[in-house]
Amino acid sequence: MKHTLSVLVENRPGVLARIAGLFSRRGYNIDSLAVGRSENPALARMTIVVEGDDRVIQQVNNQLDKLIEVVQVRDITGEPVVERELVLVKVKADPATRGEIIQIVDIFRAHIVDMGRNSLVIECTGGEEKINAFQDALEPFGIREVVRTGRVAMVRGARDTDEEEEHG
Amino acid sequence: MTLAARNLPLTEEQPSFQASGAEIVIRALEEEGVDTVFGYPGGAVLPLYDALYFSKVRHILVRHEQGAAHAADGYARATGKVGVCFATSGPGATNLVTGLANAYMDSIPLVAFTGQVSLELLGRDSFQEADTTGITMPITKHNFLVKRPEDLAVTVHKAFYLARTGRPGPVLIDLPKDVTARVITYSNSCREVDIPGYHPRVTPEAGAVARVVEALSRARRPVIYAGGGVLSAEATAELLVLVERTGVPVVTSLMGKGVIPEDHPLALGMLGMHGTAYANLAVSECDLLLALGTRFSDRSTGRFETFAPHAKVVHVDIDAAEIGKNVRVDIGVVGDLKSVLEALLSDLEKAPEVQAWQRQIAHWREAYPLRYECPEGVIKPQFVVEQICELTRGEAVITTDVGQNQMWAAQYYRCRRPRSFLSSGGLGTMGFGLPAAIGAQIGRPGETVIDIAGDGSLQMTVQELATVAQYQLPIKICLLNNGYLGMVRQWQELFYEHRYSQVDISQGGPDYVKLAEAYGITARRVTRPEEVRPALEAALSEPKPYLLDFVVDREENVFPMVPPGGSLDQMLGGKSVEAHAKRTG
Repeated sequence: MKHTLSVLVENRPGVLARIAGLFSRRGYNIDSLAVGRSENPALARMTIVVEGDDRVIQQVNNQLDKLIEVVQVRDITGEPVVERELVLVKVKADPATRGEIIQIVDIFRAHIVDMGRNSLVIECTGGEEKINAFQDALEPFGIREVVRTGRVAMVRGARDTDEEEEHG
Repeated sequence: MTLAARNLPLTEEQPSFQASGAEIVIRALEEEGVDTVFGYPGGAVLPLYDALYFSKVRHILVRHEQGAAHAADGYARATGKVGVCFATSGPGATNLVTGLANAYMDSIPLVAFTGQVSLELLGRDSFQEADTTGITMPITKHNFLVKRPEDLAVTVHKAFYLARTGRPGPVLIDLPKDVTARVITYSNSCREVDIPGYHPRVTPEAGAVARVVEALSRARRPVIYAGGGVLSAEATAELLVLVERTGVPVVTSLMGKGVIPEDHPLALGMLGMHGTAYANLAVSECDLLLALGTRFSDRSTGRFETFAPHAKVVHVDIDAAEIGKNVRVDIGVVGDLKSVLEALLSDLEKAPEVQAWQRQIAHWREAYPLRYECPEGVIKPQFVVEQICELTRGEAVITTDVGQNQMWAAQYYRCRRPRSFLSSGGLGTMGFGLPAAIGAQIGRPGETVIDIAGDGSLQMTVQELATVAQYQLPIKICLLNNGYLGMVRQWQELFYEHRYSQVDISQGGPDYVKLAEAYGITARRVTRPEEVRPALEAALSEPKPYLLDFVVDREENVFPMVPPGGSLDQMLGGKSVEAHAKRTG
């Protein structure tokens, strides 16, 4: 099963290498990893999607938590979260197909962000399934390039992503 | 005039000094109470060695950086203090790698300083440049590359704090040459460190301890499985109280040797691949396994799936990531072992009923003892170890190499004190014994330090004989010389139909007596069993280094043995053990 981990780390050079190294060394599989500065400039937040059974996920959690520069690890799988991924797709488009592509863009509430003579660059955000469906819909026109950010996730409501759930 | 040269305190009248980065490093070491470092100089650490020139910190010059790391490691194991080593950039740093990995696997507190090329040369594949922090990332608890001299003091204090707290381990600080050479105004003597992501859990969760107490009082066939964590936590006294109040027998991992005096009636010795039959049978039959400060190494457990099959498993460890990593755990307790044992002892009201279980174990102990045959005229390696143990009454500091010599030492040397059996457990580093003995002897100068060595292993760090000679360390090197890479040969005999591929080192090997003498070390070859004891007595009575080359039975094996991937109750070696395995298996 895929798990989403929200990991708060010190914002310094080398931290990403340390985390990536941990995954490869212990044989865990990173499905995606998105990272950027958090609300506190000294800290960065990573959203890591990792595949594994409960035992593996528990180990990933504990091993990440053990890294000195990791401030907090939370498994937010199964919690009410907003999950998004952003994709840029460069798709072949000539005057004959352009109209059809624009329809697809509208259906998926995506945006055309660049227009060339024979191609379009389209930006789309959404959950993983939506992004997959969007890519499938464009496939017949000839996709030239795809760039995906990987999943970012945030717990819904007033509680912050890094806060533990209240017990009792 | 510089700071280290004058060794001045920072006072209110004089709150700052001009000091070089290297001087700041040495001053921070002094503040940490470091009295000894092990190292080897080179271009990128010249500023550090120059600052050292004026310092009270004693430097032991080894002959290879691997020796520096192992010596610092042996020093840390023997004393409980943080070991410190220095190496230069590039090859100096890469030569440290084996020693760092060794310390990491066995959770030994070290701080290693490596030189690095100057910042402007960094990343240009400059002379003697290596990505030291990159290389050592997976084999250190943490590492630092310091880019500003202003950060040096606090980084050193952070490194010591990280190395010795929580689960101990090696920490490396990489020091670009210009950072150590630059002179700044130094006023930072602040030793308070704040690391936002690092809060080792010391006090156990109350409910967890209560569950352990309940499980323990209900058990009928309990076993304590104690590891090196008991030593790191300095919790041997508490363990002994627990054992004596409850009557629960104790098995140890290799790293746990010395957590309880091995002549104690409830001490069953080591479990695992070359553990005693009675330790392995006790674990296989127990209904409660109380694992303390151990990481369930595959060498201890055999096949994970069939380990302690009837037991409720309790695991106490300071490292949460160890709970459930290798074997299923029913009750996990995260905390400092000393605190956990204290809490356990204060809550424990009812000792378990273990008389029948103790009788069963006594029966196993009698039926399947450790034993070896003693044909006339042949020196058996086990006999040598037994004699060492008898003569020192189990109170010497022993270091070992890796392989058969190590396992015979673990089986037949019954050590009576904590921190007195120093062996490379996790990494299994051949060549560990001699440099570790150097560190141990420096750390515990008044004590008898004996290196039980193998001829294959000794050659891996043999240059450290020069260090022994230079500092006249009275180490006794007891070489169990069988002319083979013995443990590999044993596996080839048992599992590869006697095809002895590339294990005979009898040809071309040095004359060890002459070799030692070439370094100025007294040495003697021993070829007959009746000479073993007098030779040891002679060596032990001399207050100087001594090498004894025991020419032992070439094809002797280490038994009992759990074949790799096997279950603990299925041991090879000794007819009685095998008969038991057949009956029950």
